[in-house]
Amino acid sequence: MRRVEATDALPVQLVGDQPTSENRTGDWRSQRPVIDAARCTGCLICWKYCPEACVTRTDKVPVILMDYCKGCAICAAECPRDCVAMQPEEAA
Amino acid sequence: MKPSIPAEELLRPGHQACQGCGATIAMRYALKGLGPKTILVVPACCWTVIAGSAPRSSVGVPLLHSPFAAAAATATGVKQALVQKGDLETQVMVWAGDGSTYDIGLQAWSGAADRGEDILYACYDNEAYMNTGIQRSGATPRGAWTMTTPDAPGSQRPPKDIGAIVRAHRPAYFATATPAFSEDMVRKFQKARAIKGFRFIHVLSPCPPGWKYDPGETVSLSRLAVQTGIFPLYEVEDERLRLNMRPAKLKPVEEFLAPQGRFKKLTPDQRRAIQQDVERRWEAWAA
Repeated sequence: MRRVEATDALPVQLVGDQPTSENRTGDWRSQRPVIDAARCTGCLICWKYCPEACVTRTDKVPVILMDYCKGCAICAAECPRDCVAMQPEEAA
Repeated sequence: MKPSIPAEELLRPGHQACQGCGATIAMRYALKGLGPKTILVVPACCWTVIAGSAPRSSVGVPLLHSPFAAAAATATGVKQALVQKGDLETQVMVWAGDGSTYDIGLQAWSGAADRGEDILYACYDNEAYMNTGIQRSGATPRGAWTMTTPDAPGSQRPPKDIGAIVRAHRPAYFATATPAFSEDMVRKFQKARAIKGFRFIHVLSPCPPGWKYDPGETVSLSRLAVQTGIFPLYEVEDERLRLNMRPAKLKPVEEFLAPQGRFKKLTPDQRRAIQQDVERRWEAWAA
């Protein structure tokens, strides 16, 4: 099989692999999830369903990375203990 | 607590999907099932954007963008290149929306299925061309509002039965999945990874702006689609079908329709027809 080599006419260039984590999508948010630590059982359902993958697992109460959370409220809707409250963000 | 699905995270935060996007949860689970030794081929669809603008990437695996009509052909080439290099381990997965799967890229995946290409084809189905602004696709349910079916009675044709079309190709594996049933969905991608030949997974992926509901309801609508019988969870191996979830009693379809603005203009007759259609099809499933 003939191999294709990079030439001036056909540059072979790898696209970079910088993570999108450089994008701070948290500033899209108009409401923020707040977990009631006293009632949270650490069941990880909020971690499981987060479309941003921005809920961090810990030994007990998960930590939501506010730099990325867009405030979709899936965690609040799915929490079986109903202990995630959505609070309005202050207007900037 | 030990998570019920693999903890390894190949989806990265900071991607630019809409709030509450079902297709990002779906990708999270697909990659949890497949693992890091995976190459993605993505035709024009929402994920073309969600993947990130170069040089940034929202997934921790290589991702190749392909033209709308050519995803399965591109994946065929990627797989062949891996074989030539002696890499028999890396999995090649097409990750395509319903527009590419039901309409524009149908002949490409039909050909790949017919050749028995050793690739996994996953369709995340949000039931319209959402990335370009909600135009009707071959997957749009009857009665649904879209930008191209704006007036009552909504989309007038029933969606294509993609499960029947795929199964007519006798693939090595076919399954349906949806994000509310996380463990089931991850298991299906794990299972598909271990099977050789053409594999197809149809993922129902709720879309807040396209279906017109509050973003927080993505998972509950995904769950209701199964509980009402609108989207049965099943898998087909060696042409034998197995229903994965058999609710003792189906919930009324109204519970699935009511939260969605795209069904707001449905008449009582249309709602009854959807209910009857589900019941008629469910009898065949449950048999």
